[in-house]
Amino acid sequence: MTPTASPHADGAVRVRGVIKTFGVGDAKTVALKGIDFSAAEGELHLVVGPSGCGKTTLLSVVAGTLDWDEGDVSVFGTRLDGMGKGAVTRFRRSNIGFIFQQFNLIPTLTLVENVSVPLLLNGAGRRTAEEKAAQLLKQVGLEGRGNKRPTQLSGGQQQRVAIARALVHEPRLLICDEPTSALDSATGHQIMDILSGVARAPGRCVIIVTHDPRTYRYADRITEMEDGRVTRVLDGAALGEFVSMTH
Amino acid sequence: MYLLALKMLLGDRAKYIMLVGGLTFSSLLMTQQNGVFQGLLSWTTSHMRNMRASIWVVESRVEQVNETKALRDTDVNRVRSVDGVDFAVPLFQGVMKARAADGSDKQVQLIGLHGGTLYGRPAVMVDGDISQLRVPNTVVVDELAAQPTRLGAGLGRSLKVGDTFEINDREARVVGICKTERHFFGYPYVFTSYDQALQYAPRQRKMLSMILAEPKPGIPAEEVARRIAAETGMKAYTVPEFERSTVAWIWRNTGIPASFMTTIILGFVVGVAVSGQTFYSFVLENLKNLGALKAMGAGNGLLAGMLLFQAITVGVIGYGLGLGLTALFGLAVAQSGQPPFKLVPLYLVQTFGAVLVICVLAALFGIRKVARLEPAIVFRG
Repeated sequence: MTPTASPHADGAVRVRGVIKTFGVGDAKTVALKGIDFSAAEGELHLVVGPSGCGKTTLLSVVAGTLDWDEGDVSVFGTRLDGMGKGAVTRFRRSNIGFIFQQFNLIPTLTLVENVSVPLLLNGAGRRTAEEKAAQLLKQVGLEGRGNKRPTQLSGGQQQRVAIARALVHEPRLLICDEPTSALDSATGHQIMDILSGVARAPGRCVIIVTHDPRTYRYADRITEMEDGRVTRVLDGAALGEFVSMTH
Repeated sequence: MYLLALKMLLGDRAKYIMLVGGLTFSSLLMTQQNGVFQGLLSWTTSHMRNMRASIWVVESRVEQVNETKALRDTDVNRVRSVDGVDFAVPLFQGVMKARAADGSDKQVQLIGLHGGTLYGRPAVMVDGDISQLRVPNTVVVDELAAQPTRLGAGLGRSLKVGDTFEINDREARVVGICKTERHFFGYPYVFTSYDQALQYAPRQRKMLSMILAEPKPGIPAEEVARRIAAETGMKAYTVPEFERSTVAWIWRNTGIPASFMTTIILGFVVGVAVSGQTFYSFVLENLKNLGALKAMGAGNGLLAGMLLFQAITVGVIGYGLGLGLTALFGLAVAQSGQPPFKLVPLYLVQTFGAVLVICVLAALFGIRKVARLEPAIVFRG
């Protein structure tokens, strides 16, 4: 299927003709085969597809955590291709928030300390960072639990902490890798409600890689991938039809 | 971030205890063994500190203070005739058998001092009067010799002034007890006059062990020693020169330094192995978290700094504990003086440096791993 033309083509994230290979010789695998992708501001954008189709590789490229071989990538108008590793790291530090499938909270730190990490990385003082972290924990419904450790929380609560951590430094782009796959249905919906609210904030974009059909109805747009290529991009009526079919 | 790095490490109790334990053991091994080695080296030159002579004149082949090659009696006058020598006196030293009250034989270091000057006499008298050595058949013994297990054997107490024992079947009456630093060979000191020492010692063709000399006021001892050596053909050492020569001889001719160095190096290797392995496993277990930090924008420099900070912090704690245990060991052996023990500040600083090197090496294993870590690892399940 040919990708549909996107009404948000000049938005938050633009990926053009990106090729990414892993390994060499006989072990060489092409994970992204000249892929085009875009996501707009104010949009919750889902990337779906079977395992091994290249979703996570695409996410890593957009996040600047993985080098690619060919093509252009820009995030909020900043071209990542051609930037040095240090510059990409600095860009990522202040402009991108991350939510991981396994939460990746540091178990030996308290919730406040975990959430304050992005602010500390951006040079904030400890007291300021912890005050802001406490505010974010309050916003995700974990007020008064800042001194607990991640292991004292349920999976859903841990993911809320991860959301607070991803948002604490007010990044413009939120990258989420399977944020609901480790959660039960009710908790998954709560998390998606929060992310959906985040995406609506002005100047912000949320990209979620997921296998979870329960999340489709929250999407403004869905990019479907297969075998390292985008097979279709769904929005509007086509998206509604897709969501009702998969439910 | 550095405070959080520390909390990450402290939160993993098992690894933290293992790291601190490894570094404590390593520091203990390095400082304690070095302390015993320095103590032993200090014993090798204690003879000079007990005698306090400015210039030591010896036979030309003698390289260390605990060695004697007899000189001719006339050599004393040859030294006295050298320009710049204020005075020079003969010295006898030799290991003799002394018989305690219970009939047991004890080996002692017999020192025969010039009767007129008593030059080379011990600095501290605990009891008695050293000038009494001018009376025939008298001796001054050190506290070690006086012990009930040594020359006090059979008395049921320590030797006192007025007690007697025998040296080579001749009576020795104690006229004083003195303090000395322990001799390298471990023998207790028995001081007597030079003439009396010749009576106690088995007769040989040459009986003069060494000559002790004092430079004239205003003339450096080094200069006078150089003149004595040049004019007499004997070797003449100042105290620092003889100390250096003695220690160098020990390094060249005994296995003592090699044996201690082996243990000290082993302590270093154990420290590197235990802390390196533990720290590396700590990094491996935290790889996902470190990957997440990297994804969130922590650069390699910051992560390396955090790992170094963690490693150096446990290094400082481990060194402190190791040094504390070494000090406790030192206190425990201070009373008996066995084994010899001496903490030299310079070597403590060097050991601290070695512990820091261990920590940096341990951290390097982890830093290497983290530097190669793709932040994208956090997206892989």
